[in-house]
Amino acid sequence: MPLLIRKYCDIRKQRVVVDGKKVFGQEDDAAARLFLKSVYRHFRIDYPKFFKMDGLSKLGFLTAEILLGDPAPAQIHAPENGGIILTNASSSVDIDKKHFDTIKSREQYFPSPSNFVYTLPNIMAGEIAIRHGMKGENSVLISRQFDPELIVGITRLAFETESLTFCICGWVEMNDEHYESLLFLVGQDDGLSDGDKSREDIIFDPLNLMKRYKAVNEWKN
Amino acid sequence: MEELIQKLKEEIIEVLNLEEMEPGDIDSDAPLFGEGLGLDSIDALELIVLLEKNYGIKIEDPKDGRKIFFSVRTMAEYITEHQK
Repeated sequence: MPLLIRKYCDIRKQRVVVDGKKVFGQEDDAAARLFLKSVYRHFRIDYPKFFKMDGLSKLGFLTAEILLGDPAPAQIHAPENGGIILTNASSSVDIDKKHFDTIKSREQYFPSPSNFVYTLPNIMAGEIAIRHGMKGENSVLISRQFDPELIVGITRLAFETESLTFCICGWVEMNDEHYESLLFLVGQDDGLSDGDKSREDIIFDPLNLMKRYKAVNEWKN
Repeated sequence: MEELIQKLKEEIIEVLNLEEMEPGDIDSDAPLFGEGLGLDSIDALELIVLLEKNYGIKIEDPKDGRKIFFSVRTMAEYITEHQK
């Protein structure tokens, strides 16, 4: 059974895009953490733990939240059968550096526990899994750049080896002020209507993923 | 004491990332854990670091933490008694 892209969410360059349509944006040059806070507030998310997360987890969490939020896609009626497969280039280095700053001096050696607990990229996937009750495959893989072959290959494997009903997969990258998130909600072709979307355009293959990734180059203010 | 309590509230909001809160939202006598601010075990560790980093107070016996971190006021009292 072929896999289809049911929905996708893209957070880059101070804007949030869902299925190719801009749903939120800021024109100012706000710092990444302030922009992410604005996204949280704009979508009226009520999850205080968000504020305790590191930048990478915040970015992944928000993207998943928008992807799975209102209107909730039909595929997520059984969240326990949902998988999460994320990729990025910088792993958790953004928070690793902040943690290192707290331990680099012998005289000022005060490691922050709340920073330390995020010094693994898998924590981001864990935060999403906890929030949505997803108990399927849960992985974060590191690749030099957005790699659609890797994302498609691993996701297909997860569908073949586990009884997933849906999977969130894609790219969540954060390092200092540079952030990029592009996540896809992928499900099996179960005959449900996908509105006006053409079947060819939503087939879950590397070509369609790369097309979405490159779309940022065509974004206009 | 009230000045220290106010300062502690500001520090707690900062280190625990309680971004939705103002110092005035924290009751000086309310429990910090459980039904109060709903802090968790990582927050407890962060408060231990706060005492050591900002006030030079090291908690030797973790069992003491339950009393010390009961409320902002008990924290302030402990700091007043133990700060060198």
